[in-house]
Amino acid sequence: MTDKFISIEGIARRYPGADGGQISVFEDLWLSMARGEFGCVIGHSGCGKTTVLNILAGLDEPSEGAVIVDGQAIEGTSLDRAVIFQSHALLPWRTVLGNVSYAVTSKWRDWDRAKVKAHAQKFIDLVGLTGSEHKRPSELSGGMKQRVGIARALSITPKIMLMDEPFSALDALTRGTLQDEVRRICLETGQTAFMITHDVDEAIYLADKIFLMTNGPGAVLAEIVENPLPKDRGRIDLHRHPYYYALRNHIVDFLVSRSKTFAATVTNHDPRNVPIVRPGLSEPTIVASPKMIETDSPQTIAR
Amino acid sequence: MTSSLRLRAAIVSIALFAAFLGIWHISTRGTGTVANMTPEYAKLMGLTATAGKSAMPGPLDVGAKLWEHLKSPFYDNGPNDKGLGIQLGYSIARVALGYFLAVIVAIPLGFLIGMSPLFSKALDPFIQVLKPISPLAWMPLALYTIKDSSISAIFVIFICSVWPMLLNTSFGVAAVRKEWINVARTLEVGTVRRAFTVILPAAAPTILTGMRISIGIAWLVIVAAEMLVGGTGIGYFVWNEWNNLSITNVIIAILLIGIVGMLLDQILARFTRMVTFPE
Repeated sequence: MTDKFISIEGIARRYPGADGGQISVFEDLWLSMARGEFGCVIGHSGCGKTTVLNILAGLDEPSEGAVIVDGQAIEGTSLDRAVIFQSHALLPWRTVLGNVSYAVTSKWRDWDRAKVKAHAQKFIDLVGLTGSEHKRPSELSGGMKQRVGIARALSITPKIMLMDEPFSALDALTRGTLQDEVRRICLETGQTAFMITHDVDEAIYLADKIFLMTNGPGAVLAEIVENPLPKDRGRIDLHRHPYYYALRNHIVDFLVSRSKTFAATVTNHDPRNVPIVRPGLSEPTIVASPKMIETDSPQTIAR
Repeated sequence: MTSSLRLRAAIVSIALFAAFLGIWHISTRGTGTVANMTPEYAKLMGLTATAGKSAMPGPLDVGAKLWEHLKSPFYDNGPNDKGLGIQLGYSIARVALGYFLAVIVAIPLGFLIGMSPLFSKALDPFIQVLKPISPLAWMPLALYTIKDSSISAIFVIFICSVWPMLLNTSFGVAAVRKEWINVARTLEVGTVRRAFTVILPAAAPTILTGMRISIGIAWLVIVAAEMLVGGTGIGYFVWNEWNNLSITNVIIAILLIGIVGMLLDQILARFTRMVTFPE
């Protein structure tokens, strides 16, 4: 059985409504990820994806439930969990080096300047920004700004990298390059990553597990899709893989129709035992649910 | 293109200034003998009566007097006869002192109001009532409680320059982008370090704009305040020369007040540019 590096246990988030009642974004959400895994959440706007990520980051608090990371319940923000913001959120009065150094000095307070600079430089080089250290964010293109955001997040060597639609504001070409970079870095460093996206192809390319969420309010995690494509998949021949279209169609079908009708049609949904799906050549079949794993033979585990 | 526009603007400025001086000169020059008087009587009445000279000094009179002042700006012949440099020095020192005190009070208080919704709401009614009060209305109260006219003037400068800085600081601090705050939060940056490394640089342009408005108001108010408290300062100089019926000196003082006010504004504008960041 996989160890639960990240475990979201029965969280709910409610906001006070206009009539004095409570509006629930989602209720009783369970989700877990193993160390080194790349997880993507897909769902329509308003399903609470960002809220889940903010709770994981510690920027928001669940109304109920808890999040456990590496065996400890999280409490507020932490340098163990780095966030890459959708709007890059660089400090415009600092240079590239200044922005990364700010994160480095936040983690290692007692480091001297030279050590901070060397460490920051390493991550600026990693994201391919060598030579632009002394530029200010206003002098950078959108893609370069997000590279700085990635360097800043990685520089504190977090246990988890949280990404909130990090590439949605970029043009397709830049997005592709940055996806390659993120994938390369995550594979090289074994980084655990949790990403929110609207982009089905992005999820297929990057994720090991894709979490499908139904429409809000009252959103639920409908199913977990395991990526059947090989770990060493490349952008160039990704769409030629025999499983690619089955996987893609499955996710698109979900987004187009099932995300709306899920609540009405599925009555026996157990939020603690979300079905795990691994689309293959034929129709997607449920290969395992956590209950079956416990009772049946290990062969049914989908990986 | 830009340089030629600049050049043309400069030419127009100079032409306007020359036209202004010309009209001023023509309208204030003497019109010739107007009445026959005995020489003793004529001496007593002065040029206004004998040569039809206007009571208003012309540009040449003002220029000559200004040159006289500029040659010895720091002479001191007793309480009613000091050089313009000394008078301006007193005014600038009062403004600087009152303004500095206002900075010390307004910026931390503005931070508190901007960062705490509780204090923002609790202090709002006081600020709303105190802000529109003319700074000179405080003068009697200041004179009565402080019992020192010079310190009262500094207090008046303090009270008039505190509001724009306070409001701009609290607005700038409250309007810092949520994402920058979130960056600091995810990096576990403490409150004090966050205030200095994120909120202060982010709010600095707004704070400096408030400080620039304040220095302008302070310089406006010091003239009026010194007219009331008397003794020293450019405001007192204006009123004293009015009592001496030296319109020439009054005009010179007006000119210098304008130039010093412009310089103060330019200094703050330069500071504002230094902290402004492009996005």
